[in-house]
Amino acid sequence: MRHIISVLVENEFGALARIAGLFSARGYNIESLNVAPTQDGSMSRMTIVTSGTDEIIEQITKQLNKLVDVIKLTDLTESSHIEREVMLVKINAAGAERRDEVKRLTDIFRGKVLDVTDTTFTVEVTGAAEKLDAFVDAIGYEGLIEVVRSGPMGIGRGEKPLQL
Amino acid sequence: MELSGGEIVVESLRREGVKHVFGYPGGSVLHIYDAFFKQDEVQHVLVRHEQGGTHAADGYARATGKPGVVLVTSGPGVTNTVTGIATANMDSIPMVVLTGQVALPVIGSDAFQECDTIGITRPIVKHNILVKSVEEIGPAIKKAFHIATTGRPGPVVVDIPKNTTDPNVKIPFDYPETVDIRSYRPAERGHMGQIRKATEMLTEAKRPIIYAGGGVVQGEASEELRTLVRELEYPITCTLMGLGAYPGDDELSIGMLGMHGTYEANLAMHEADVILCVGARFDDRVTGDLDKFAPYAKIIHIDVDPSSISKNVKADIPIVGQVKPVLEDMLTCLKEVGKNQDVTAMEAWWKQINQWRSIDSLAYEKGDQIKPQEVIESLYKATKGDAIITSDVGQHQMFAAQFYHFNRPRQWLNSGGLGTMGFGLPAAIGAQLACPDQTVACVTGEASIMMCIQELSTALQYNTPVKIINLNNRYMGMVRQWQEMFYDKRYSMSYVEALPDLVKMAESYGHVGIRVEDPSELDAAMEKAFSIKDRLVFLDIVVDQSVNVYPMIANGKGHHEMVLSPSQAEIDDAEERDLA
Repeated sequence: MRHIISVLVENEFGALARIAGLFSARGYNIESLNVAPTQDGSMSRMTIVTSGTDEIIEQITKQLNKLVDVIKLTDLTESSHIEREVMLVKINAAGAERRDEVKRLTDIFRGKVLDVTDTTFTVEVTGAAEKLDAFVDAIGYEGLIEVVRSGPMGIGRGEKPLQL
Repeated sequence: MELSGGEIVVESLRREGVKHVFGYPGGSVLHIYDAFFKQDEVQHVLVRHEQGGTHAADGYARATGKPGVVLVTSGPGVTNTVTGIATANMDSIPMVVLTGQVALPVIGSDAFQECDTIGITRPIVKHNILVKSVEEIGPAIKKAFHIATTGRPGPVVVDIPKNTTDPNVKIPFDYPETVDIRSYRPAERGHMGQIRKATEMLTEAKRPIIYAGGGVVQGEASEELRTLVRELEYPITCTLMGLGAYPGDDELSIGMLGMHGTYEANLAMHEADVILCVGARFDDRVTGDLDKFAPYAKIIHIDVDPSSISKNVKADIPIVGQVKPVLEDMLTCLKEVGKNQDVTAMEAWWKQINQWRSIDSLAYEKGDQIKPQEVIESLYKATKGDAIITSDVGQHQMFAAQFYHFNRPRQWLNSGGLGTMGFGLPAAIGAQLACPDQTVACVTGEASIMMCIQELSTALQYNTPVKIINLNNRYMGMVRQWQEMFYDKRYSMSYVEALPDLVKMAESYGHVGIRVEDPSELDAAMEKAFSIKDRLVFLDIVVDQSVNVYPMIANGKGHHEMVLSPSQAEIDDAEERDLA
């Protein structure tokens, strides 16, 4: 099963390598991982998308917690949460008909056209991972020139934050 | 007080109460070595290879519980420590390894003797720290000792670039009194509710067993364990790492469990209805095939490391906490709950265990040649069971574990997790330096001892009168045993054809060498070796090549499928095993 684990880590030399290394050393899946500093510059927030049986996910969270640089973590998928991913796509858009279609699809998916040339559109789409997959499908493989995805990040619903 | 970085390193060690540092100098640590030269409170022990240094520090730590300290230079100095660091990590041994690094401005430029120390050691340490200024050295060392010695102990590497130890840059220095790491809060006491539940389950058990590991030794909980076991009068089995946590010659002790554990220990594990695991981690060498492991048992697991719990075997009652306070609380609970044992069931259980015990699964036959088992028995006699024993890895290690009845913790020092050949001699040197008044012996084999043989030179320099008990069978015995059993006797590369004369070699290093070939001379040679108090004695004992370690649980088998030695197999009655 797919899990989204949010991790607060010390914003220190090597913290990212420790976490990435843990996944490869113990043979855990890692679908995506993103990281950036939080409002407190001494901490970074990392979102890891992984999959495995309940036992494996339990081990992943325990092993992550064991790392000295890890301050706190939560498995977002255990409760109500919001998930977002940003995708930037360069799309083949030559010819009036195609340009209209791409623009229309972008609107349907509440995307934004960020850049335009005679033959391409560069579009930003934000949403849950499935929505981005759906947009890619709608555009069609032939139309895609370049796809850049951030990997999902997530936050819990309600008042309670993941903090120190 | 104004100090340079090099002086700060030495002063920090002094403030941590460090008496011995095991190391080897080189370019990037010369400033630190200069600071060592100017003082005599912290003794530097010069090893002959950095691997030996880490094992010596490890042996020092295992014998005392204090962190072992290592100092090496960058590049090859670091890469040579990798085996020793991994060894300590697998067995949760507190160690602080200070490594020189090239100067900060040239890191990443493939400078002479540069390597990515933090990257290389990351998967084999509890933590590692790169120092980036002279101001960071003291706090980094403080942090390293704190992390290495608390929670589940382990090795910590502090990587110190050369320019941070520049003798011309002095800063006001105050060693931090305390350390607080917000992201590191190791568990202390266990959850009282869980402990109470566990105590109730334990007292209601009909076929209980206590299974204790290295955590009891590292956690200094041997006294509490003894009290609990004696209070309950339950059978106790220790893992390879836990030997000595409970006296090996006590009536309630049913010996080591696992691949080469006793018949009674393994069958009791298989038939148990409640297993209390104290500071052990259900290692594959202990459990055998997990699908067949302890099919009737409810499992209570006490461990300071939450990730050890339910990793291999699901715990019914997990208790996260330091073993010592958890056992204290359990003893308190036991007083409240009372010993509501089913007396009839307990009598039947002990009767069953004693029947298994009567098979005497460690029995062996003597002959014209010296048997490795009788060497350990002779060693036990000569040392009155009181020596610190280190070992290397292989058959000799198993024989030492089986036949030397360890009666106190920190008496048995071996590489259980990583299984590092070459560990024994340097570990013995470290243990002897830590415990100068005790007898230290290294049980080894001719293949293992060759892996760190250069440390014989260190032993002479520091006058550590270790006794080396070399079981010389000319084979890598355990490899040969597996090839005999599972590879149709194709002894691929397990025979050491060109061995040196080990007696002459010991002599050339300045030690005493004695060779023994005749069984009738064994005890006398052993007595003689231990009567030489002030010198290292290398006892090269030529033993029977064909001996295998029994009993044995083969790979992929369960505890109940263990095999006895061929001469005992006929006594074995498989039907009797299926009690439940």
